[in-house]
Amino acid sequence: MSTTESQHTWPGDTLTRVPYWVYQDEANYRAELRRIFEGPVWSYVCLESDVERPGEFRTTFVGEMPVIVVRAEDGSICAFENRCAHRGALIALDDRGKARSFQCIYHAWTYDLRGNLTGIAFEKGSHGRGGMPASFCKEEHGPRKLRTTTLHGLVFASLSPQAPPIAEYLGQEILGRIERVLHRPVRVLGRFVQVLPNNWKLYFENVKDTYHASLLHAFFGTFRITRLTQGGGVIVSPDGGHHASYTIDRADDRVSTAYREQGIRSEHQNYRLADPSLLDCVDEYGDGIKLQILTVFPNFVLQQIENCLAVRQILPKGPESMELHWTYFGFTDDTPEMHRRRLKQLNLVGPAGYVSMEDGCVGGFVQRGAATAADELSVVNMGGESAESQDTRATEASVRGFWKAYRRYMGV
Amino acid sequence: MAETDPLLVSLQPLVAQLNADYARAIDDDRLEDWPEFFAEQCLYSITSTDNQRQGYPGGLMYADSKGMLQDRVAALREANIYERQSYRHLVGLPALLGETDGVVRAETPFLVVRIMRDGRMDLFATGRYLDAIVEEAGALRFRERIVVCDSSRIDTLLALPL
Repeated sequence: MSTTESQHTWPGDTLTRVPYWVYQDEANYRAELRRIFEGPVWSYVCLESDVERPGEFRTTFVGEMPVIVVRAEDGSICAFENRCAHRGALIALDDRGKARSFQCIYHAWTYDLRGNLTGIAFEKGSHGRGGMPASFCKEEHGPRKLRTTTLHGLVFASLSPQAPPIAEYLGQEILGRIERVLHRPVRVLGRFVQVLPNNWKLYFENVKDTYHASLLHAFFGTFRITRLTQGGGVIVSPDGGHHASYTIDRADDRVSTAYREQGIRSEHQNYRLADPSLLDCVDEYGDGIKLQILTVFPNFVLQQIENCLAVRQILPKGPESMELHWTYFGFTDDTPEMHRRRLKQLNLVGPAGYVSMEDGCVGGFVQRGAATAADELSVVNMGGESAESQDTRATEASVRGFWKAYRRYMGV
Repeated sequence: MAETDPLLVSLQPLVAQLNADYARAIDDDRLEDWPEFFAEQCLYSITSTDNQRQGYPGGLMYADSKGMLQDRVAALREANIYERQSYRHLVGLPALLGETDGVVRAETPFLVVRIMRDGRMDLFATGRYLDAIVEEAGALRFRERIVVCDSSRIDTLLALPL
């Protein structure tokens, strides 16, 4: 038994039981922001193409810390806390823009593109009176700076000098699975934010949970985009934190009766599409993988569902609230046919997605269902007790992997 | 000026009626009637002001045929899971922007309150309908209805069409 800063305890060393207080406790949440999001992890912050040219910037968050990501004059990508060194006001107020420098609107303190404090209004006072003390050193004051790293067009940031190089952080298998999808320059097709009434971990677990996909999402099961009876598997990184799950279309599933025999809701024999062009999919990667969902601990999702591609950024907003930032994309060299296909398939995902709208509410169902069960435990036993890769998706191995990584970062 | 064009002046109340009927169909849970407000060749997309400004073509819902609209309704009835909810649309007066070759362009502001099964009521969406309207089989129909939400943020999920 070990404790966090909260009043609660963990149920021993198992990865198969998760106490509900971990989704509710305020002190534990504050500890997560410090130990995980400000700790030795890499958080996804934006696409590299979002900050293509020097001076282009984005504002986002690492955990709850407001952050500016900006392309510096020399072409490198810098990230620093969006907090004025003077009184703590936001430095940049827009979601995006282009700047030569940043100036806090409160007292006009100025920062360069690297987040260095370069100017203080009335530093020498007025008419020889007032001003900052001569001993004040601008170099010693500034917002916290983050390290950045890029990977196939993605930008990750870390506040910790201890975060290992991104390739090492992810491991070879996950790296290969990112390369598989992001092998060409991307073209953004849309951006939306979904505000979810649940703890951030419930969403991250949901994405890793291959067990629910064809059960909750009837659309998935009905149209055999993913089924537990199809081929596929779950890859879990050695540290447990990252995962990739995939489905391979396997013809023999067409005659499987497993869903029907178990009376599973998602078996709809008579459900057909009036316009089946939505499912006019092509194997653009040439490997037969219809679906690949990938996560990078603690806040990133890369999704390929047929030809529908998106990245999702998870932003915690308190113990029982989070935001999911969707970026839909294709590639700059998509043919008109592929572009149109992707626009249609966007119906599959996002806040109104045929196969993802349920994920927006199911976390809230858990949050509400377990409201008074802080010390009760959820059961994560599908596929055994380990957090290792498996060649089935009827497993919760990657969810257990999440808890393995979580407990190490949290020290519990 | 659009308001002085006699054709547009005469069409304005008809477009307002079309919008009123459209909103009632959704708010009364007659979703099966919803595709009937569209022409056979149609485009329906839900986007946001910011996405539009950025030139992003993707939508939260995207249908380029009447069949895709019917599929959306079928999915809501048969496949998708969401808590019982309904909308109350308040649709403003349409501004008729012009007419070319029988296609009338209109812009209409809307506001949607979402009522959840437990009685919670929230301002769920505000925005503009950007429409291309044609006459088909003796009635006005949407050839194109682009729903431009003022905000890109959606609370929990977007189940029903706007």
